[in-house]
Amino acid sequence: MVALLVCLVVILGVVIALAYAERKVAAFIQDRLGPTEVGPYGMFQAIIDVVKLLQKEDIIPTVADKNLFRLAPIIIFAAVLAGFAVVPVSPDLIASGAEVGIFFLLSIVSLDVIGLLMAGWGSNNKYAVLGAMRSVGQIVSYEIPAGLAILSAIMICQSLNLQEISFQQGILLNQFAGLENEKNYLFGLKALQIDVTQVGGITTWNIVRMPFLMVSFIVYYIASLAECNRAPFDIPEAESELVAGFHVEYSGFRFAALFLAEYTMMVLVCLVATILFLGSWNTPLPNLGPLKLATWTTSTPGTIVANLWGFFWLMSKVSILLLSQIWLRWTYPRMRVDQLMQLCWKILIPVSLGMVLLAGIWRLLMI
Amino acid sequence: MENNTVNIESKNSFWASVSSLWSGLMLSLRHIRKATKRRNQAYISDKDYFAQKEGLVTLKYPYEAIPVPDNGRYRLHNEIDDCIVCDLCAKICPVNCIEIESIKATEEIGITSDGTKKRLYAPKFDIDLAKCCYCGLCTTVCPTDCLTMTKVYDFPEVDIKNMIYHFTDLTPEQAREKQLLFEQQQAAKKK
Repeated sequence: MVALLVCLVVILGVVIALAYAERKVAAFIQDRLGPTEVGPYGMFQAIIDVVKLLQKEDIIPTVADKNLFRLAPIIIFAAVLAGFAVVPVSPDLIASGAEVGIFFLLSIVSLDVIGLLMAGWGSNNKYAVLGAMRSVGQIVSYEIPAGLAILSAIMICQSLNLQEISFQQGILLNQFAGLENEKNYLFGLKALQIDVTQVGGITTWNIVRMPFLMVSFIVYYIASLAECNRAPFDIPEAESELVAGFHVEYSGFRFAALFLAEYTMMVLVCLVATILFLGSWNTPLPNLGPLKLATWTTSTPGTIVANLWGFFWLMSKVSILLLSQIWLRWTYPRMRVDQLMQLCWKILIPVSLGMVLLAGIWRLLMI
Repeated sequence: MENNTVNIESKNSFWASVSSLWSGLMLSLRHIRKATKRRNQAYISDKDYFAQKEGLVTLKYPYEAIPVPDNGRYRLHNEIDDCIVCDLCAKICPVNCIEIESIKATEEIGITSDGTKKRLYAPKFDIDLAKCCYCGLCTTVCPTDCLTMTKVYDFPEVDIKNMIYHFTDLTPEQAREKQLLFEQQQAAKKK
């Protein structure tokens, strides 16, 4: 229950901050100032925007399929929000410690596609239908490389539980029930005989435990961009071609829900990337001899300090990923549909299949 | 003939793509880094207008503004003391935004600053700036140069009626009085 409340508040806070960051970073890249009027440096612009949207009239087109149209934003937002249930925010805080964690997350987030299709079809607008079709085609395609990249990380961790995966990537490894006798070796190679269980920090992150997971991480990162319809894969929304894609007919509260869902999705995919590849809520600082950096920046689990540290490290990593997503969006031009599909089916899927094979072999070297 | 084709060397290798993607990212990062600076707001005739290559370009308009050039054509102003109510401006106006009524004076009512004699009162001299197209024709035909275009360009109104500018110096009562005087004079002449 605490985790749910923390999650809701944090998600809304992060999403609002992200919407503001998006506008500011975009402005700076394009030599503009961005919002400056509302609050210091225009900080409250995003909040004001949401308040404004909530006050607006809820327009439902006369020829729209009203039930689908009304329901779609709720389904999209609910699907994305449900994904947070299995995401750990600190060593002790997780809404649901489900054993099938990441599997649940992938499947519930896939419901998003149905919402998008409902929104596009229900609007009875050609741009909306085109946007929804593109979006669904894109998300369904990119779930394969994303899923395979996640699979390679899971094969290394031998668990679907995101909290267990988090514990594996730091000095608290032995504190998780069932992992008491586990050991972390440098690069995961038992043959090297360098025990880094108590060194922690970056040396126990998944991308170091199995260095080739860096490739999986990049594949997942690219696929996740496509899954949340971000540039350079924003063809479902392509302003210059489709006005706004599937949400062109939406206004007021429903538009706000779609808008927030999009940014929430960004946060969610970055959280998953962080948890699976970048050490989750674990500190990046290793214990070096007498300098117990990892221990100092982790604290004893169960205390408030430990939870704050965990939350701090998780959010720092997520923020960096989110900023990089914004940075990419305002640098790269949009891809064509055929280029998008070529990247997915001809490059990312073969690479991620290779990574699954490699992860399997690596896992054999780890035990 | 061999010069008619242009060969753009295509670099499709993996590392060429990666380096091109990377240089794109670095380009936008450079702009973020220089976002602390702002460009000096200069008019295009300024010498270093093209010399400033970095920094934010945004002009925070209500707080800052670049100067209007000397030949800038914005809000109309009529110096009614110099106006001889000749109606030329109203006639040439392509959008009919100037409305003038005149009353003949019983005697000479004064001279304008350039020495022209004034013989007409203007009980109505309205310019509807909501209609005005800022062509400046009225100012060129004005014989006494009393109608000019000023540098004021920021004059929005909530009520569009306020966009009609009244330049007359007569109150309706005064206008009626002048009209009456003129009619009396005409009646006296007829006798």
